[in-house]
Amino acid sequence: MIVSAEDAVSVVKDGDTVLVGGFGMAGMPVDLIDALIEHGAGDLTIVSNNAGNGDTGLAALLAAGRVRKVVCSFPRQSDSWVFDGLYRAGRIELEVVPQGNLAERLRAAGAGIGAFFSPTGVGTPLAEGKESRVIDGREYLLEYPIRGDVALIRAHVADRMGNLVYRKTARNFGPVMATAAAVTIAQVSRIVEVGSLDPEVVVTPAIYVNRIVEVPR
Amino acid sequence: MSLSREQMAEIVARDIPDGAYVNLGIGQPTMVADFLRPDSGVVLHTENGMLGMGRPATGDEIDPDLTNAGKQPVTELPGASYFHHADSFAMMRGGHLDVCIMGAFQVSAGGDLANWSTGAPDAIPAVGGAMDLAIGAKQVFVMMSLFAKDGRPKLVPECTYPLTGRGCVSRVYTDVATFAVEPDGVRVVETFGISIDELITRVGMPLVPSSFD
Repeated sequence: MIVSAEDAVSVVKDGDTVLVGGFGMAGMPVDLIDALIEHGAGDLTIVSNNAGNGDTGLAALLAAGRVRKVVCSFPRQSDSWVFDGLYRAGRIELEVVPQGNLAERLRAAGAGIGAFFSPTGVGTPLAEGKESRVIDGREYLLEYPIRGDVALIRAHVADRMGNLVYRKTARNFGPVMATAAAVTIAQVSRIVEVGSLDPEVVVTPAIYVNRIVEVPR
Repeated sequence: MSLSREQMAEIVARDIPDGAYVNLGIGQPTMVADFLRPDSGVVLHTENGMLGMGRPATGDEIDPDLTNAGKQPVTELPGASYFHHADSFAMMRGGHLDVCIMGAFQVSAGGDLANWSTGAPDAIPAVGGAMDLAIGAKQVFVMMSLFAKDGRPKLVPECTYPLTGRGCVSRVYTDVATFAVEPDGVRVVETFGISIDELITRVGMPLVPSSFD
């Protein structure tokens, strides 16, 4: 359960779909991504809200040429020059998903939902090719789950079983991604003994967490 | 005189009901927070997982784990709560959020919103939470200049830019007039430094004058 970042990401294989937590840099598991770059797996599909900021973290993984496709809601930011360059050079695929649909498609994967109807995107270019249905007079689009082979998330504190608590808005995609991957790896600032987290405040129960990596901040 | 951005923000703030749960979009809508009365009871939602967002953080208050949707450091107010992304967007889609305020490239007479893409072939598509907010919030207020830099109106019979949401906008706050999108047409609520006749001429589509005009 408690491993080094290097050991934790050794499970990632070429061609895997990797869910990466974080909203901008808040909740971004930077040390796990650095370990993934070292590990060397390539041809990856990355699912994350953004497509990398600056030159570190996800941007560094992209720059290393390890990513075939990005699934995200907002790739275009003032400091997303790495993605911009790859995209304009035709060296990376992009699937843009509205942020709420991205979260709900991950949630559906973790909850065993086969597909669901969402009102988001009706009448927009993102509805093209999607099955639609009118329910109680309102139009919806059929959306499918997004499953990960591996999820890389950052939480605040874990106990030795893998129960997780988060900190402020760094929580963001962590709890849903933890449920949506075959293997979930959590980078945390601190690991505490079993029994020292109040069960009432645990956000991600240990059942969803396979490996924890302590990186003091 | 047409309105400054601050004056527009003040007018939008005035129209937000006391106690409302409100999402302020990135950019100009963020300024609305400066004009909310402290005793209004308005609670700000940020889609990255927080209710009860406070003012921007400065100095020692800056915490990389506490940001708004624009990824700027912010503060938390008493009564704040944090939640994950699926819950945050369920709040919108589920009809729990009272008002969302966004910028726009175009708004149509039927309340269609276009604010995520100009459709330019070389643009990198990026939508963020705009489509979810557009169809989720009970009311969508738009803040924008009424005319683009080339003078063309941004309030149009039909949007030519790709849509963000269909029939979702209820009010449009601009530098020269405030509009309400209603079933029988677009009503002019208030004008600023422009006559109703000139407004109708420059917008180039039918507008319903306010009853008190």
